[in-house]
Amino acid sequence: MSVRETEACFHCGEPVRGRQRWTAMINGEEQPMCCPGCKAVAETIMASGLKDYYRHRTELPEPASVPASMAGPAARDTLTLYDSPAMQSRFVAHHGTAQGTTHGTTAEATLIIEGITCAACAWLIEHRLAQLKGVTSASLNLSNHRLVIRWEPEQILLSAIFEAIWQLGYKAAPFSATADDERHNRESKAAIRRLAVSGIGMMQVMMLAVPLYVGMAEQYEVFVRFASMLLTTPVVLYGARPFFDAAIRDLRSRHLTMDVPVSLAILLAFCASIWSTFNQGVEVYFDSVCMFTFLLLLGRFLEMRARHRMGNAGNNLLSLLPNVACRLTASGEEIIPVEEIRTGDRLKIRPGQPIPADGLILCGESAVDEAALTGEYMPISKVTGDTVIGGTVNCENPLEIEVTATGASARLSAIVRLMDRAQQEKPRIALLADRIASRFVAAVLVISGSVFTYWTLQGDDHAFFIALSVLVVTCPCALSLATPTALTATTTALRERGLLISKGHVLETLNQVNRVVFDKTGTLTEGHLQLEEVRPFPGFDENPLYELAAALEQDSAHPIARAFSQFEPATVSDIRHHTSQGVSGTHEGQKVRFGRADFACSKPPETPQSETGQWLLLSVDDQPAGWFLLNDTLRRTTPELIAALQQQSIAVVMLTGDPGASAPAIAAEAGIREFYQGLSAEQKLEKVRGWQAAGDTVLMVGDGINDVPVLAGADVSLAVSDATDLAKTNADALLISGQMTLIRDALALAKRTRIIIRENILWALVYNLIALPLAAAGLVPPWAAAIGMSFSSLLVVLNALRLTRLPKHVSGEL
Amino acid sequence: MDIIYVLIPLSILLISIAVLVFFWAVKGGQFDDLDSPAHRILFDDDDEPQPAPEQTKPADKKSSDD
Repeated sequence: MSVRETEACFHCGEPVRGRQRWTAMINGEEQPMCCPGCKAVAETIMASGLKDYYRHRTELPEPASVPASMAGPAARDTLTLYDSPAMQSRFVAHHGTAQGTTHGTTAEATLIIEGITCAACAWLIEHRLAQLKGVTSASLNLSNHRLVIRWEPEQILLSAIFEAIWQLGYKAAPFSATADDERHNRESKAAIRRLAVSGIGMMQVMMLAVPLYVGMAEQYEVFVRFASMLLTTPVVLYGARPFFDAAIRDLRSRHLTMDVPVSLAILLAFCASIWSTFNQGVEVYFDSVCMFTFLLLLGRFLEMRARHRMGNAGNNLLSLLPNVACRLTASGEEIIPVEEIRTGDRLKIRPGQPIPADGLILCGESAVDEAALTGEYMPISKVTGDTVIGGTVNCENPLEIEVTATGASARLSAIVRLMDRAQQEKPRIALLADRIASRFVAAVLVISGSVFTYWTLQGDDHAFFIALSVLVVTCPCALSLATPTALTATTTALRERGLLISKGHVLETLNQVNRVVFDKTGTLTEGHLQLEEVRPFPGFDENPLYELAAALEQDSAHPIARAFSQFEPATVSDIRHHTSQGVSGTHEGQKVRFGRADFACSKPPETPQSETGQWLLLSVDDQPAGWFLLNDTLRRTTPELIAALQQQSIAVVMLTGDPGASAPAIAAEAGIREFYQGLSAEQKLEKVRGWQAAGDTVLMVGDGINDVPVLAGADVSLAVSDATDLAKTNADALLISGQMTLIRDALALAKRTRIIIRENILWALVYNLIALPLAAAGLVPPWAAAIGMSFSSLLVVLNALRLTRLPKHVSGEL
Repeated sequence: MDIIYVLIPLSILLISIAVLVFFWAVKGGQFDDLDSPAHRILFDDDDEPQPAPEQTKPADKKSSDD
């Protein structure tokens, strides 16, 4: 079979690997496309006159698998659910005229958009929606991927808006704010206000400090000092509040962090300067207080934004569940919100829809995709009397279920609880960093204390200011700037490459990782079936076979169908799905059947041998026409990553819930020697706990719901791009691109970061050791001390910025 | 140089007003999205008149509503 690796899809940049060639006209030129999904999206973009998207974009979008799956009538049906009043009452606000009438009103809703990769995505979505008749405004927030849309319900249906977004290759879901979001929102608004107050305050006080330093205005000195005091007061009382609150909290819990000396330095310097202002003292430190506060707040602000950024993408924890369900009552069907589902209700679940609650199948048989819970990518066939789990997806036929458990007693909630517990019991690596910090803090306090005592015993009037300068001088450089600048630089460098770090301890902990645990399906592998090999029988050509198979699978929500989405379907009528067996249909008067060998042919030929994957048979009029081998393939960069990790003598382990034969095969292909299969979420967590108890620091890489407790329990956790929302929000970092080798780069970069931090601290200490005695002896005039301080801080920052350039060298070396 | 006794209080007053305006802007949500405006300004979309998309897209059922 021919593989064309050189050509990349014009839309998403994936290599064009299909046997069939797809193209779309872009700006009058024919451009290669990897799949009909991308082709459909590209054509939609061109037809909407938004071709500038391709000029504006700075990042490639995700491959568009969405429109292909949207082709099914079942999927479109799901979207029309958003038009029902029961559904809309939960996230749509109406503005305008009198209640009860919809005449002339506008509706407003907030949607979460998935798949946004750069600013051009926002441009594209906003412009496309603005073109729709009836949409009054659409504005997408790039930081939290939320789209606020206003429309006139009379002119356009909400489902049409959803459809337009899906056609562009993005996914939309209604958003309803949780308590967490409210808190985030308040937190970031307060942070911006504090930053502004201390920033503006700092500029003004600095300006006033110039005449004081150069001795330009002796007769105005008292006045200028009072003005500085007035400007500094809000900076200290409002801007620096978070440090005081944290310091008080830490002191109560008898636990020293950087907040304690920071607060002490700010407060003491401020009080001393006030005393000095009223008593014509020698020195005022208002400028230092403001600058110190502002720089620290800036660091915290950047850290907070990075933390929020990740939670934002998937902030509805249980968003896997559909928001509405179809209840069967004596009078017919009714659409109800999921909160109203009660145990004992009878629900109808259409193919392609998620199952909203745990239940028992009353009628119907179908295949259910439990990948999100178990990691198993092949759907499991279910018949009347079997149980289904909330959050899984019905794939083939309509099902009627009786609800057995909802809400807190459902299986999905049980996993969430397991995750909560794992998180609480997580080994606190952060404590180690805290302990080092608290030792440093203790040392600083002791030194300042003894300096003060010494100079007081010497009978020096300046004792207090000298002790203060020890506090001020040590804090900003040594730890407050050295560490955060290096961490921020690394975080930015990794983010640009597609690895998002959301928790502060990740880079520190990565240094100690000596065991990496991978999930199998969706992490090491792509997580969905791909066509690996085709063997036509004599008398049949390859291409017509693809088209027949694609036609039979075109309306299916089954994972097998995705493998065929890249082919143009032939015309086949009378398509029928046979649960767990296959699909049948009629093509030009001939019966075609596709599925298990004994389903396709009454006398099936012998199945070819292969280690993994699944052989499916296509038959025409009961004659075998061709074998198709479907398999979940390894991500291309997986073996390279595993080899690199093993070279650094890091133990690599695979934990999978899959009990089948594909686990050893995948492990062998990836080069992993140690693997455990057939594990439940609890057993996975126990394994990781065992290693942690033996002293290992574990990095867990996973994607599914069943990995979530382990992600929460591991020392550092990383979710891969297609991970479920629950996994994304619980991981410490997220791999946005599918490049597994980034994990290797991250480990290398974490090591560099530690070196840079050490250099920074060393430099700060050397500077302090030289500057402190001189300053304490009164040999350094204030302006020289100010220049020295800025210079030393600048050097620390510049040294940290070297990290943003490093990854290229890192990947080059390894 | 006694003007300094007027100018400095005046600047403090102006700054207080600026801070209040800033607080009002934060409250109104103008600082909720710090990423997109920086990029958005670069996207000029008036290179050429846009074709009427509602007619060119057969999938758009809504265009026939009017």
